[in-house]
Amino acid sequence: MAHIVPVRTYLMVGLALILLTAITVAVAYVDLGPLNEVVALAVAAIKATLIVLIFMNARYAKGPTKLFIFMGLIMMAIFMVFTMDDYMTRQWTLFTQP
Amino acid sequence: MAVPTLALPQKKNYINAGSGLKSWLLTTDHKRIAILYLISISIMFLLGGLMAALIRMELLTPAADLMGSDDYNRLFTSHGVVMIFGFLIPSIPAVLGNFLIPLMIGAKDLAFPRVNLLSWYIYMVAGVMVLWVLFNGGLDTGWTFYTPYSSSVSTSEVLPTTLAVFIMGFSSILTGLNFIVTIHTMRAPGMTWFRMPLFLWSMYATSLIMLLGTPVLGITMLLLFAERVFGVGIFDPALGGDPLLFQHFFWFYSHPAVYIMILPSMGVISEVIAAFTRKRIFGYRFVAFSSIAIAIFGFLVWAHHMFVAGMSIHAALIFSLLSYLVAIPSAIKVFNWSATLYKGSIQFSTPMLYAMGFLGLFTIGGLTGLFLSALALDVHVTDTYFVVAHFHFIMVGGAVMGYLAGLHFWWPKITGRMYSETWAKLAALITFIGFNVTFFPQFIVGFLGMPRRYHTYAPEFQVLNILSTAGASILAVGMILPIFYLTSSLWSGKRAGKNPWGAAGLEWETESPPPQFNFDETPVVTVGAYNYGPVEDKIG
Repeated sequence: MAHIVPVRTYLMVGLALILLTAITVAVAYVDLGPLNEVVALAVAAIKATLIVLIFMNARYAKGPTKLFIFMGLIMMAIFMVFTMDDYMTRQWTLFTQP
Repeated sequence: MAVPTLALPQKKNYINAGSGLKSWLLTTDHKRIAILYLISISIMFLLGGLMAALIRMELLTPAADLMGSDDYNRLFTSHGVVMIFGFLIPSIPAVLGNFLIPLMIGAKDLAFPRVNLLSWYIYMVAGVMVLWVLFNGGLDTGWTFYTPYSSSVSTSEVLPTTLAVFIMGFSSILTGLNFIVTIHTMRAPGMTWFRMPLFLWSMYATSLIMLLGTPVLGITMLLLFAERVFGVGIFDPALGGDPLLFQHFFWFYSHPAVYIMILPSMGVISEVIAAFTRKRIFGYRFVAFSSIAIAIFGFLVWAHHMFVAGMSIHAALIFSLLSYLVAIPSAIKVFNWSATLYKGSIQFSTPMLYAMGFLGLFTIGGLTGLFLSALALDVHVTDTYFVVAHFHFIMVGGAVMGYLAGLHFWWPKITGRMYSETWAKLAALITFIGFNVTFFPQFIVGFLGMPRRYHTYAPEFQVLNILSTAGASILAVGMILPIFYLTSSLWSGKRAGKNPWGAAGLEWETESPPPQFNFDETPVVTVGAYNYGPVEDKIG
């Protein structure tokens, strides 16, 4: 039987998502240098976590479902690590140019 | 219109459980949905085959005879999109997987029957969109949609095609999800993981890729859409993007997609070889885990498609090394199938002929994959016909041969009728010969330097191209023959008993065609898969 989440929780999370969206928009108008991306990505990550945990009921899920969600995160990690490996090492050469 | 009588005088089965178009279009029976998929993907296969025939006709001579470069670009792109997304990816999972998974685990249906029907409708919507594109200008980017050509240069139908691929992905995700949940939760009493037929292990591994990889294809298509429509700089250098990022995204799904095509075939081959050697598959657990290993390694090798694209040498070295690793679980399977043949009571029925074809052709396809994993050699053969030959050995010699092996093996179960063994064996032989004559010369002509995706070529390549086109016409006969003898078997085929091959497995213990809910009573499993005793015990 699926866990029943009170409507109040959904409303609170919905409100939090709207507030976080407002923060993203507001920060876009402030020049924080390289921190702009950091803040935007951090806010997006928090929003995604809230959606997965509460709206998608992952917080109340059983073993196999949690395992598959975790595997999704592993997939993302594999993609990012290997792609960044390409980007971070493009200037490397095996031999020193004469 | 005459309706095939199938097994009408027999007791109620899934075919005569309801009548009329509505009962088919609104069905939630996994077996009927499998039939819907069978019809849909067969249409796609015929269309894709027709395009292949046109390609081979154009390449009969070095000059441009039938079409110009623009039309040729559209033709090979359509061939790729239709064959890969419309046929190969759904083929075995959506038809044989849908039909057999509940039967093999002793369940009444899949875990989510309505989601199963939804996945077919989603497939149909996307399929109609692809067909619309075909008849309204087509697409000229190649099935890989490489940027920046697709995002900022091409004037062909990029948006509807990417949208269709995006939509089709959901069909795949839902099918994979359904299979995983079904295998986890609906196995009959006694059907432990290591008693499952190896087809189910391969379907499970395939479903993992469908579930975890397909969303990335969806994201890639959306990003391409965003760049093309809204000018968001992601892949176009002029907008601050990086074209190689598209290739990373695209191949992160599309390389594992090769395993979506080949893993189910490997599952079929395990079933067929066990049945026609009357032996348990040698090294059952190794074969089972090698499917999972292929699914996992498959996610770590994608950038071997990008060795000459400007990727860093460091990353290329890592991807080259990892690509070799996939050979290990693949070789485990091939060696274990070969070991199963040893001292088996081998019977060369039609499914076994296709399985033997698979074994040889997949091995050649796999070994030439090692050539392409080697960085230095890959530079020489990238974008030549060597690559075309390699992946056709995997996708046609492997995936399609496996599909045909499975279709012939389970056809009596699906329809309750036997087909003509003589015609079927002839078709298998013609297919094998036609395939080799078509694609083996392409290894040579590619190694000699003939590039792919051009409608004209240097005159010295003509002999090999004539051979390839001649082979294609033989292959076409081999592909068309089953349409006739399988269809005619619906009317005139001998009735199949429960178990015409004397095979082991729960699906052979129920009627042919199976009743609406598969089993009259939930079966209890007490022995492992491939429990072969004397032949006479089982044939019925």
